[in-house]
Amino acid sequence: MPPVSTFGPFLALLASCAFFASQTDRFLTGQNFSLILQQVMVVGVMAIGQTLIILTAGIDLSCGMVMALGSIVMTKLAVDAGVNPYLAIACGLLACTAFGLLNGALITYVRLPPFIVTLGTLNIAFAITQIYSESQTVSGLPAELLFFGTTFRIGRTAVTYGTMLMLGMYFAAWILLRETSPGRHIYAVGNNAEAARLMAIPARRLLVSVYTLAALIYGIAALLLVARTGVGDPQAGQTDNLDSITAVVLGGTSLFGGRGMVLGAMIGALIVGVFRNGLTLMGIPSVYQILITGILVILAVTTDQLSRRGM
Amino acid sequence: MNSALRVLLCVFACSASAPAPGIVVGLITKTDTNPFFVKMKEGAIEAAKAKGARLLTAAGKFDGDNASQVTAIENMVNGGARAILIAPSDSKAIVPAIKKARDAGVLVIALDTPTDPQSAADALFATDNFKAGILIGRYARGALGGKPAKIATLDLAPGITVGTLRHDGFLQGFGVKERDPSIVCSQDTKGDQAKGQTAMENCLQKAPDINVVYTINEPAAAGAYQALKSAGKEKGVVIVSVDGGCAGVKNVRAGMIAATSQQYPLKMAALGVDAGVEYARTGKRVSGYVDTGVTLITDKAIAGVDSRDTTFGMEACWGTK
Repeated sequence: MPPVSTFGPFLALLASCAFFASQTDRFLTGQNFSLILQQVMVVGVMAIGQTLIILTAGIDLSCGMVMALGSIVMTKLAVDAGVNPYLAIACGLLACTAFGLLNGALITYVRLPPFIVTLGTLNIAFAITQIYSESQTVSGLPAELLFFGTTFRIGRTAVTYGTMLMLGMYFAAWILLRETSPGRHIYAVGNNAEAARLMAIPARRLLVSVYTLAALIYGIAALLLVARTGVGDPQAGQTDNLDSITAVVLGGTSLFGGRGMVLGAMIGALIVGVFRNGLTLMGIPSVYQILITGILVILAVTTDQLSRRGM
Repeated sequence: MNSALRVLLCVFACSASAPAPGIVVGLITKTDTNPFFVKMKEGAIEAAKAKGARLLTAAGKFDGDNASQVTAIENMVNGGARAILIAPSDSKAIVPAIKKARDAGVLVIALDTPTDPQSAADALFATDNFKAGILIGRYARGALGGKPAKIATLDLAPGITVGTLRHDGFLQGFGVKERDPSIVCSQDTKGDQAKGQTAMENCLQKAPDINVVYTINEPAAAGAYQALKSAGKEKGVVIVSVDGGCAGVKNVRAGMIAATSQQYPLKMAALGVDAGVEYARTGKRVSGYVDTGVTLITDKAIAGVDSRDTTFGMEACWGTK
């Protein structure tokens, strides 16, 4: 793997941190870094699922809406129906997982393109969310749903449990992709589906598992979202599909599949979070954050393409 | 890549590295694109300059984007803001984040849209949307004369307070109750021109003889007019609206909209910044509701309904003149 796609994102992150530290004395504090991690944890966790799918040369546009549905199921069951909060969480995770299974089955067994399938399920999940919630925000949540938004202290810095969950999930995904045979098969299928078939990799079953696992991860993102905002919000997640793809691409993972590292997605999410935070601290309008994100995405994809042609 | 980044950033940094005075105030709008909020931001920038305060700004990516507003509140509290002015995208969902900021000693003022409950913020600086509705309701009743009414209401979206207040105000001003048989069609438009046009087309299919159209805002009114014109029915239909944006006032002048209730976003922001600076200096918290005013704008005044003409409306409007 060419070094630029591995170290490029990390260097960009360091450079942007150094820049903001030189511009405002409020940037380089433990509390501010803890805050940035909290702010990227929802998209950061979703980007794990998105990475798994993109590594297979697929794409998932439905992730944000599936997450929103999961968060509404959890909160409405717990608040309006009085269901035990843990059972409500389980139902939310199940609802997300069902969508992943549906995505995976349509893509592999009906052989529809991932882009179209997930565009369809995006709309279905959005509509179900609005119908089920009657477009009303759910508030007054029980403490069990808010746990991952609560904090513990490392020195003087308050860190949320959700941040730790995100870091743990990245570690687990890293192990999965690096050390297990299903993990290596994900790369193989994304690199060359035909060769993977000849190597007797059960590609269909693998793909269904990847989409289902990714959706379960969106369900966990839903729990983090609920804990972070303290409400069930039917309008949530509307740009999170593109935000998670942005994080994956900024982290150096190739949209053509088969190449990339899951940790890159966290770096990608952090780059976006650092710019949003740093520019706000400097008093620069948020639209410049969007501008810079756009430029960085183009740079990242260009790097990927150039290194691919150089191979 | 990194050097390119630095060059790019320097462009922004150089324009932004003005001397930083002590008082920091934050402004969070629903979006960066709606002219209403652009005007609000202008008002805040001017007021901050006049008071020697530093203004931080942020906005959601779309109307209803709660997550971005939560993130902006956190960043501004960390950035040392003593007061935050926010137009909440989701009145209920934003409440926990506002509570955290207030617990950290920050004054939070809701602009334009109340939080739910309203007491979640220190104060609310906004248009009286119910009154805005009453004004156009009374006007429409007067403009129609003695003719039997066939009303279409082009509303916002379910569960959004601003939309409900304007709608209910209009009905009260007009003198009808919800579910009155004279209300022949009600559709949600999200305040969008294209959706307003589609909604009006469908309403005309249902009831071709509509003669009063209430619209949530001026883009929806422009869409309604377009639909009526395509159907050859633009004459003799009274379209009323709320906002007072420059594009809307121009449409009043052109006779497309009969009357509109004008509101004043610049004033909301200016009063908000003043209150924030005052709090940072003296610790005095504003509280409760401050009405930023509303004026009926029309060129065909009707006896018994106070109004100003479009010349006044154009001077006070927001957006591109």
